[in-house]
Amino acid sequence: MSTTVEVKEAIEAKMIPIYIMGKKYDVPETLTIMKAMEYAGYKYIRGCGCRGGVCGACSTVYRKPGDYKIYSGLACQTVVEPEMYLTQLPFYPAMRATYNFYDITGEPEQVFGLYPELFRCVACNACTKICPMDVEVMDYIAALKRGDIKAAAEISFDCIQCGLCASRCMGELPQYHIAQLARRINGAYLTPRAEHLKTMVANIAAGRYAECLNKLKSMNEETLKKTYTAREMEPATAGEDWTPEESKCL
Amino acid sequence: MPYPEELKRLIKVVESTRAERVEKKKHNVEVPFLSLDERHKILDYHPDFKEEGRREIKVGPSKGYRIAHEMCDLLEAKSRVNPADIDLSKIDYETDVLILGGGGAGTSAALLAQEQGAKVIVATKLRHGDANTMMAEGGIQAASKGHKDSPYYHYLDVLGGGHFKNVPELVETLVTEAPDVIKWLESLGCNFSKFPDGTLKTIHGGGTSRKRMHFAADITGAEMMRTVRDEARNRSNDITVIEFAPAVELILNDKGNCAGAVLYNMETEEYMVVKAKAVVMATGGSGRLHIQGFMTTNHYGATADGIVMGYRAGVKICFLHTVQYHPTGIVFPEQAEGILITEKFRGSGANLVNIDGQQFVNEREPRDVEAASIIKECIVNGKGVPTPTGKLGIWLDSPMIDTLSGEGTVEREFPGKFILYKRFGIDISKEPMLIYPTLHYQNGGLEFRNSGETSLPGLFIAGEVGGGIHGENRLMGNSLLDIMVYGRISGKNAAVYAKEKAQDGELTLEHVVKYNKECDDTGADEGRVAPMILPDYTDPRVRERQLTAHYVGTLR
Repeated sequence: MSTTVEVKEAIEAKMIPIYIMGKKYDVPETLTIMKAMEYAGYKYIRGCGCRGGVCGACSTVYRKPGDYKIYSGLACQTVVEPEMYLTQLPFYPAMRATYNFYDITGEPEQVFGLYPELFRCVACNACTKICPMDVEVMDYIAALKRGDIKAAAEISFDCIQCGLCASRCMGELPQYHIAQLARRINGAYLTPRAEHLKTMVANIAAGRYAECLNKLKSMNEETLKKTYTAREMEPATAGEDWTPEESKCL
Repeated sequence: MPYPEELKRLIKVVESTRAERVEKKKHNVEVPFLSLDERHKILDYHPDFKEEGRREIKVGPSKGYRIAHEMCDLLEAKSRVNPADIDLSKIDYETDVLILGGGGAGTSAALLAQEQGAKVIVATKLRHGDANTMMAEGGIQAASKGHKDSPYYHYLDVLGGGHFKNVPELVETLVTEAPDVIKWLESLGCNFSKFPDGTLKTIHGGGTSRKRMHFAADITGAEMMRTVRDEARNRSNDITVIEFAPAVELILNDKGNCAGAVLYNMETEEYMVVKAKAVVMATGGSGRLHIQGFMTTNHYGATADGIVMGYRAGVKICFLHTVQYHPTGIVFPEQAEGILITEKFRGSGANLVNIDGQQFVNEREPRDVEAASIIKECIVNGKGVPTPTGKLGIWLDSPMIDTLSGEGTVEREFPGKFILYKRFGIDISKEPMLIYPTLHYQNGGLEFRNSGETSLPGLFIAGEVGGGIHGENRLMGNSLLDIMVYGRISGKNAAVYAKEKAQDGELTLEHVVKYNKECDDTGADEGRVAPMILPDYTDPRVRERQLTAHYVGTLR
């Protein structure tokens, strides 16, 4: 069967040379690195995931001619450039600490205990420079060293856990695992829990809505449609305290 | 690449009507919602209603059902591997609960099964977490605010979205479990967007009567996925994850129960036998089938494998005659083609406008109605915006959001998309986005009950692979919910079943032998094999030169 729709559009575009792991291929200039590698004949098993820039499977490093700099990008998001030479880094080993999340209370010392290598950071900033998501990696590591878990959680929020930071780290830190711990601590222990949620869960458990739901379940399609059409709509611009006129199934 | 000159000129037209549209938005003056009759009429333009796009399936338990050719091609296909070649007496792994799929559904199932004391194996095609869950942006629905909402209204919205065809018990469980799912995720440390006092932020989605969409900036699915995955990693003594090892067949036993699966190690090309007391099917959807040639938002592995395996083992399929096209996929720049632009942009105030800068549909219609309206505006009304790649699109006027809610809102609320476009030289807080419907979700799937059980004892269902919850059309925010609700239920019930009901027996692939024979007898397979496992994007000209390459289906 034909599932080649991804590349066929690009076939007529101008061709440019790129070097995949040092080997030259001519590819259409409009393609992303991922589509260019497929165009060249590669078939992905590793190094390809969501194809939408959020899963972190396709991190890629490359250089350009006459430029000392190492560039990075996600293969599914980065457009090819003439003469770029690239390799993917689909996996990079990094130590992850195992912990019982319910034993965590949110003291910075717990993070230090699980990841003592935090203090091996020499603030070289190589992690931030390589990050394909523009996360200020060194800054969140610095925040953690100060014990500011909340700041680390917020700064690291866009992390896709591709591991490029860990691949460049002089101190051999697994930054993205540490950030994950920080975000979970922030979400569970440093941010107030939603009171309205607890109330709702308790109300459902107490059977508060059972009668209303049973009525809906036993309605014929015609009555259902009428009830649906007549349902009250919360206005788009309503504030948090908006309440509907009808309250019998609240 | 940035917008070329001709598009920049057309953007001026959008800008010329923006001030007036912003004023309307501020005063709640909206394009009127369509009545149910009008919705019905506009759906003629929806790809689901193209009869030539589907055919009757010739084999299996739902023989005669009309579904998309691309799905039929996979169901009318023989096994990848001859069942006689698999030695079922050599068991490579044995476990209480085997979970097929390592996305949100599979991972939440693993956690709940483990909490019941089960030993769990999660077999996943790509890496743990490489799944559509990771890509879901907009949010997760739950009636969490009792002063204005309840499961009653959520239920009603789900049914209206699904054309009132949904399976009632599945919907009831979905909406009543929803708040507890959010609470569970909150306790695991998932960072939902909140007000300082802990109140969850909620917004509208298409087809919702109350603002009940919870979110974590614009990466809700990724935040949920990385949280549950991290927790699964904490429990690695009991939860073993096998990556790059998709299942290719279910294994039954002589008691007629589901008793494991055959896995394929894509890297070493070995087949492996897993014996399990219960199996949870959580393999996800099928966007990579590119039904009717549509671009897709789905991840690389979304190829309907679970439907193929379950169907061969005798489980019926339902609601696969409908496929969800997300109204707003990127149509230009080409590098980002197919990528989803979350409904949250519309929920936050961005209009959809045509080439004349005019609105033509309310931005909060259910997805099928919204998608059909866009297709009609482009193809029938001739008001689409031509792209440099020869396609048509509609403007999604994101700069309105900054005007309505203050400068910097787009960048803060949609960091993922802001960066994505920035790389192409487009600032979406100043310039609108060009969109067109994109293949997004498999509304239907394998039949199952609200306990997660199927007609095959020992086989449980969670997530997109199942059908019935969403009827003929899913609303935004109900799939992140579905995977967690049914992941938890199936995981727990599979573990209980493994402990209390599972009967040991001799392993068999007789059902596969029979299915292959049915294909032979009808000639339906025409030489095809399934499951597909991965799509093939090899350039046909490369393929012509691969003189000694051996392809089985799309795999080399």
